[in-house]
Amino acid sequence: MADPLHMTLVEAAAAVRARQVSSVELTQAAIDRAQALQPKVNAFVRIKADEAMAAARACDADLARGVVRGPLHGVPMAHKDMFYRAGEVSTCGSKIRADWKAPETAAVLERLDAAGAVQIGNLNMTEFAYGPTGQNAFLGDARNPWNTDHITGGSSSGSAVSVASRTVFAALGSDTAGSVRMPAALCGVTGMKTTFGRVSRAGCMPLSQSLDTVGPLTRTVADNALMLSVLAGRDARDASTLDVPVPDYVSAAGSADVRGLRLGVPRGFFDLQVDPEVAKLLAAAAAAFRGLGAEVVEVAMPDLDAINATGFLLTWGDVVGVHGAWMRERAGDYTAQTRGRIEVTLAAGGADYVDAQRSRARLLREFVAAVYSKCDALIAPILAFPVPRLSDVDVSGGPNMMRILDEITRLMRPINVLGLPALALPCGFTPGNLPCGMQLIGRPFAEADLYRMGAAYQGATDWHTRVPPV
Amino acid sequence: MRADWEVVIGLETHAQLATKSKIFSGSSTRFGALPNVQASAIDLALPGVLPVLNAGAVECAIKFGLAVGAKVAERSIFARKNYFYPDLPKGYQISQYEIPVVQGGSVTIHVDGVDKTVQLTRAHLEEDAGKSLHEDYHGMSGIDLNRAGTPLLEIVTEPDMRSSAEAVAYAKALHSLVVWLGICDGNMQEGSFRCDANVSVRPKGRKEFGTRCEIKNLNSFRFLEQAIEHEITRQIDLIEDGGRVVQETRLYDPDRNETRSMRSKEDAMDYRYFPDPDLLPLEITADAVARVRAGMPELPQAMRARFEAQYGLPAYDAATLTASRGLAGYFEAAVAAFGGDAKLVSNWVMGDLLGRLHEADLGADAAPVTPAMLGGLLKRIADGTISGKIAKEVFATLWVEGGSADTVIEAKGLRQISDSGAIEKIVDEVLAANPKSVEEFRAGKDKAFNALVGQAMKASRGKANPTQVNEILKRKLAG
Amino acid sequence: MALTLDDVTRIAHLARIEISAAEAAGTLAQLNDIFGMIERLSRVDTSGIEPMSHPLGGTQRLREDRVTETDMREPNMRNAPEKQDGLFLVPRVIE
Repeated sequence: MADPLHMTLVEAAAAVRARQVSSVELTQAAIDRAQALQPKVNAFVRIKADEAMAAARACDADLARGVVRGPLHGVPMAHKDMFYRAGEVSTCGSKIRADWKAPETAAVLERLDAAGAVQIGNLNMTEFAYGPTGQNAFLGDARNPWNTDHITGGSSSGSAVSVASRTVFAALGSDTAGSVRMPAALCGVTGMKTTFGRVSRAGCMPLSQSLDTVGPLTRTVADNALMLSVLAGRDARDASTLDVPVPDYVSAAGSADVRGLRLGVPRGFFDLQVDPEVAKLLAAAAAAFRGLGAEVVEVAMPDLDAINATGFLLTWGDVVGVHGAWMRERAGDYTAQTRGRIEVTLAAGGADYVDAQRSRARLLREFVAAVYSKCDALIAPILAFPVPRLSDVDVSGGPNMMRILDEITRLMRPINVLGLPALALPCGFTPGNLPCGMQLIGRPFAEADLYRMGAAYQGATDWHTRVPPV
Repeated sequence: MRADWEVVIGLETHAQLATKSKIFSGSSTRFGALPNVQASAIDLALPGVLPVLNAGAVECAIKFGLAVGAKVAERSIFARKNYFYPDLPKGYQISQYEIPVVQGGSVTIHVDGVDKTVQLTRAHLEEDAGKSLHEDYHGMSGIDLNRAGTPLLEIVTEPDMRSSAEAVAYAKALHSLVVWLGICDGNMQEGSFRCDANVSVRPKGRKEFGTRCEIKNLNSFRFLEQAIEHEITRQIDLIEDGGRVVQETRLYDPDRNETRSMRSKEDAMDYRYFPDPDLLPLEITADAVARVRAGMPELPQAMRARFEAQYGLPAYDAATLTASRGLAGYFEAAVAAFGGDAKLVSNWVMGDLLGRLHEADLGADAAPVTPAMLGGLLKRIADGTISGKIAKEVFATLWVEGGSADTVIEAKGLRQISDSGAIEKIVDEVLAANPKSVEEFRAGKDKAFNALVGQAMKASRGKANPTQVNEILKRKLAG
Repeated sequence: MALTLDDVTRIAHLARIEISAAEAAGTLAQLNDIFGMIERLSRVDTSGIEPMSHPLGGTQRLREDRVTETDMREPNMRNAPEKQDGLFLVPRVIE
């Protein structure tokens, strides 16, 4: 067998079940690679070699007895270091949580455990998930495996890096204003920003409870669908999870048929100030969909700046609630960037926050009426320009920090305010061999449609199969 | 109070709900545990550990809403009240703000024989804060978060009360109602029921309200009354001296009987409310309300009316007996055990029973003389075995020693003497021994007759049937 | 609406958060950058709309009234800066 780590998640899970490869072999390979790449890309906060190997041996032993724990039996993964495991440290990327042990295990980790997955470690992230570049002055910056002089995107930096670098088959991330999609796009992997209320957030460090979503990063759409089929559904511990049936995502990805679906090309907002190289790749992707039989239509965008503003106010109110106590007691333990951003949140009064909560319902209604009457999904860029260098984004708290960060998240945040699902897919490379991503934005709870489209696209293109040089 | 001033009072009462677990977590609400052993990650609001609302607390709120004739909101919203205080380390309290679960309603009070209705603005669910212990810990305060997250129902009135007496009457009526409903244990020493009073004064006849002050955390009816009285005097003095009342929160100091300013105005303004992002709107369906309604106890007002109609009791008796569910239940059980005149039961319950319960600081449920025992005793009065007076002696013995009326009567030989031969003998002896009284009676002094009856009863050690004593004495004196 | 340095320090004071003058100036620049965008919100007519923490609606699910938590004092207090006799210690507040 060639390098087993180059299989997809779907292939790896099947290979373990068919006993073509053992969980111990896969897990050992993943740990070896994680350790080998760590000095170059700094993807991990902690590699849990002993625990992971013990888990892998247990998986193999089960399999030997004919017991298959679930669809992810024996497959090694790693997750952003903000998903709690009872009794273990979860740094959330911050000195403040450097020694803090979690009181409970995240609902999503419990689901992955039950499905048989093995966790080999905890991944780098932006401090408290508050930042889109993936930099972290406390843990050290994660590096882009396509070119380590460039940012990874964040905040789920380690998740994208470890999946892109063929270290693990899947990783969990969280997306409050692009934190799954941004690093997925910048590292060339597939990531799902799930519908708000689709996946439990119990036992996950919040950034903004009004906007936070949990979703998987994988190498392919089919892998992603398999992950979400395990993660999705109502959870008694998280009141925000809705009682909406979970469709068969794996079949949706398998059908990969977009004939009859209408894909909307946004006019307004998403096409403003977009770098020509990025615009070119997006146009090519739209053309590919047309070639696959989808109807491609132009759709005028409602006022997304107002939606973005709503998102800022919601985030600010939530952030004060989460961080107020630490800001009073341990402000000096934050990195400069995070501290600066949290200070900004103080400006939001309760009235502003309530206004934002009110506008939100109305904005969602208007958006759905204006957009989804004309198409089934939108196709839009993720970052309007090519992947910046680390040195391009000096955002360590200087006066321009807010403007730069705002520009990076501009095309992301509205989707979180609206609570819609969005699938990030690699759609080519800009000069310098840096990945470029796009997002397919669907109706609420229409992840299955997005998987169908994404799988069709990946059936017709090979961007997602390219392996970074690191 | 000075005659040219009118007082305006509104109360905000925090009733701790009698649930087993906290409002948003599975921590115990038991009182008196070691510090911080009942504070879970949710009560401490560790980020990422999410609150989930307790169905028991919601049921309590619905019960209260139904009992006061309020609207139980189909949808209500949980909000964060952001403020900073050491016993609230997370920096916000989860409460309800714009849309509370109970809206409107009223409570009827009786003051100086007059019924008055106090309108409620609202009642909302919220969590309690922790407790600061101000003993000296190297100049610091100790924080116990066991109470953090304990469910409270905050019940807010309109500014409808016009005297401290009305405020106390309202607080007492509310207290008995929440205890009656079983939604609050009513223990004021432990802080299960505490009031904040909003007090203002205005010259009589003026329409606009004066500036009000809020006096916090009054945990006894006496403090409530004293604090309001003091605050009224303070405000009137202030205005009459040319000063102005400043809107503020004040604290009552029972040791010095005064109120003093508690938080600066700026801080009071700094509450920020917004809907809690961790909690979705609370939806209460008509079905849920109907289910609670079906399980509701009969309410005091209805029970009062029924006692008057069903048992033929005077209004005063009906009101007294329905002061608590325990007492009312006691009364009805005793009536059933007795099977005779309910008014006799009422007299005994309001008299001997209540007196001894007060003395022993017990609830009717804990009375050593059970309804069955009292019923057995009253039967013996009704059938003439003992007199009412002897019955009091039997009751006293039952209270201390237990047993039944019959065994006590037998053991102590208290059976009434109804044998007319025996009574005649006693009467003859009494007449012989009291010639002066006999003379006075014959001279027209009716009082002398009573003295002779008393002597006869005394001679029988209270056991002679008083009716028979009367008859025989009359006959002999006439003869 | 433009914020002044006084506004920023006042807000920080209300939240009991200390920020230095230099930080406040930086914060101010960032804030005024973004306030233009926030003003767009006022164009959205929200009269009669309930504030929502969930964009897709949904209602609260309830938990049965049962004690499920055990004593977590030890782990909860592990990171407390000051503690004694099972209490968290905090600077004294005079009232």
